[in-house]
Amino acid sequence: MMLFYHFGRYLIFLVSMFSKPEKLGIYLSRTFSEMVSIGINSLPIVAIIAVFSGGVSTIQTSYQLIASWISKTIIGSIVSDTVILEFAPTITCLVLAGKVGSSIASEIGTMKVSEQVDALEVMGINSAGYLALPKIVAGVITVPLLIIAAMFLGIWGGLMAGVATGILPIEMFMEGARSSFKEFNVFFALIKATSFGFIITSISSFQGYYTEGGALEVGKSSTNAVVYSSVMILCADYVIAQLFL
Amino acid sequence: MIEIKELNKSFGDKHVLKNINTSFYPGNVNVVIGASGSGKSVLMKCMVGLVIPDEGEILYNGQDFVDIDYKKKKDIRKQIGMLFQGSALFDSLSVEENIEFPLKMFSDMSQEERLDRVNFCLQRVKLENANNLFPSEISGGMKKRVGIARAIALNPKYLFCDEPNSGLDPVTSRVIDTLIEELTEEYNITTIMNSHDMKTLFDIGDHVTFIYKGDCAFAGNIEDFRNSDMKEIEEFLSASYFKR
Repeated sequence: MMLFYHFGRYLIFLVSMFSKPEKLGIYLSRTFSEMVSIGINSLPIVAIIAVFSGGVSTIQTSYQLIASWISKTIIGSIVSDTVILEFAPTITCLVLAGKVGSSIASEIGTMKVSEQVDALEVMGINSAGYLALPKIVAGVITVPLLIIAAMFLGIWGGLMAGVATGILPIEMFMEGARSSFKEFNVFFALIKATSFGFIITSISSFQGYYTEGGALEVGKSSTNAVVYSSVMILCADYVIAQLFL
Repeated sequence: MIEIKELNKSFGDKHVLKNINTSFYPGNVNVVIGASGSGKSVLMKCMVGLVIPDEGEILYNGQDFVDIDYKKKKDIRKQIGMLFQGSALFDSLSVEENIEFPLKMFSDMSQEERLDRVNFCLQRVKLENANNLFPSEISGGMKKRVGIARAIALNPKYLFCDEPNSGLDPVTSRVIDTLIEELTEEYNITTIMNSHDMKTLFDIGDHVTFIYKGDCAFAGNIEDFRNSDMKEIEEFLSASYFKR
């Protein structure tokens, strides 16, 4: 029953964000600033994860393909498809749930326990809309952009690992990657990225917004934000795959 | 003027406010006093709309604040300034940006006009040249003064102060009290102040509402309060050294 209670509260929270903004320009400016915070500031960690997951993918695929009659171009195909379909959107978003999710939940949670959210409400500002909506819009826009970057970097990481370890030359990797490339896969990955961006930012904002108590509860909200976002990302990953593939 | 009529609020089985009836007058410092946990903070939260009462009316110049739509409530809230117990300054904004915030959200002032208003408010609370400091860089007393400056930025009709002296040394407390008293008289604001500081009450209070275990035990002027022979009030005053 508590699951329905929290889900209902989450839906009410989402609905409560939508009211006529006091000053649209301020909301836009906050959205841009959140895009920098979620997007640009997450780029280094996304790049590291993408390059290494691509590289490891090449080495492990090569390790498993022991039959000499299988062309090594298949490594390029497998690595690029895996990066586009799963590693870039899902693994990156799980990491973003940790970095961005905990940051959002602790920021809003701290504002809640230090009465800053009350101060917004007393001024006549829709605090949920002011605090969470720009983050959610920024997440839905920037996470797919990060995932596009992760796709390129992941494939590049796979390519570099292949060349550096002598598993296969650039030409063979690229030939394999090109032969299996489907535009739909990128579209599919972007659907996932958009959904995950929404999940991370909305769940984390929700966790932060309903924080009650003090510093200990802010920490709990932050942890819950990461855990629930990660679980929901994995569930959504399965549902989207089932629906689209 | 704000009138409270038959206000009730419960949290689960706990009846926190029981049929509260009182009034708060313009140009007066209206002090709500009571022991910790007596319900005065809940009363203030009901009055500013942070807590929805179960029953009763809160009338702002005759307009009920409880049973009105969101838009009308928002219009009344624009006339409210509030100083929170912990100041509630926005950590990510500088002092100047904190005070400018309500002006940006609700006024059509140009940037230059906003800056003039911010500087005026800062001057009014005697914090000139603090514009670029952040809340983490200023003392508790300064935070309270910035909180007051932010609260008066939009020329409010109603000023709510939740325990403005808590955590402050006696000298800074008197500075804050004097400031609140001056602003109330100067702009004819209806000031509602939660406090359990008896010195504040007798120094600057004009009207007192005494909350005892969720009941409004007394509502009237300071002299009547001081001379009251009600047992609960005598206990409260004697514990505060004012009637020993």
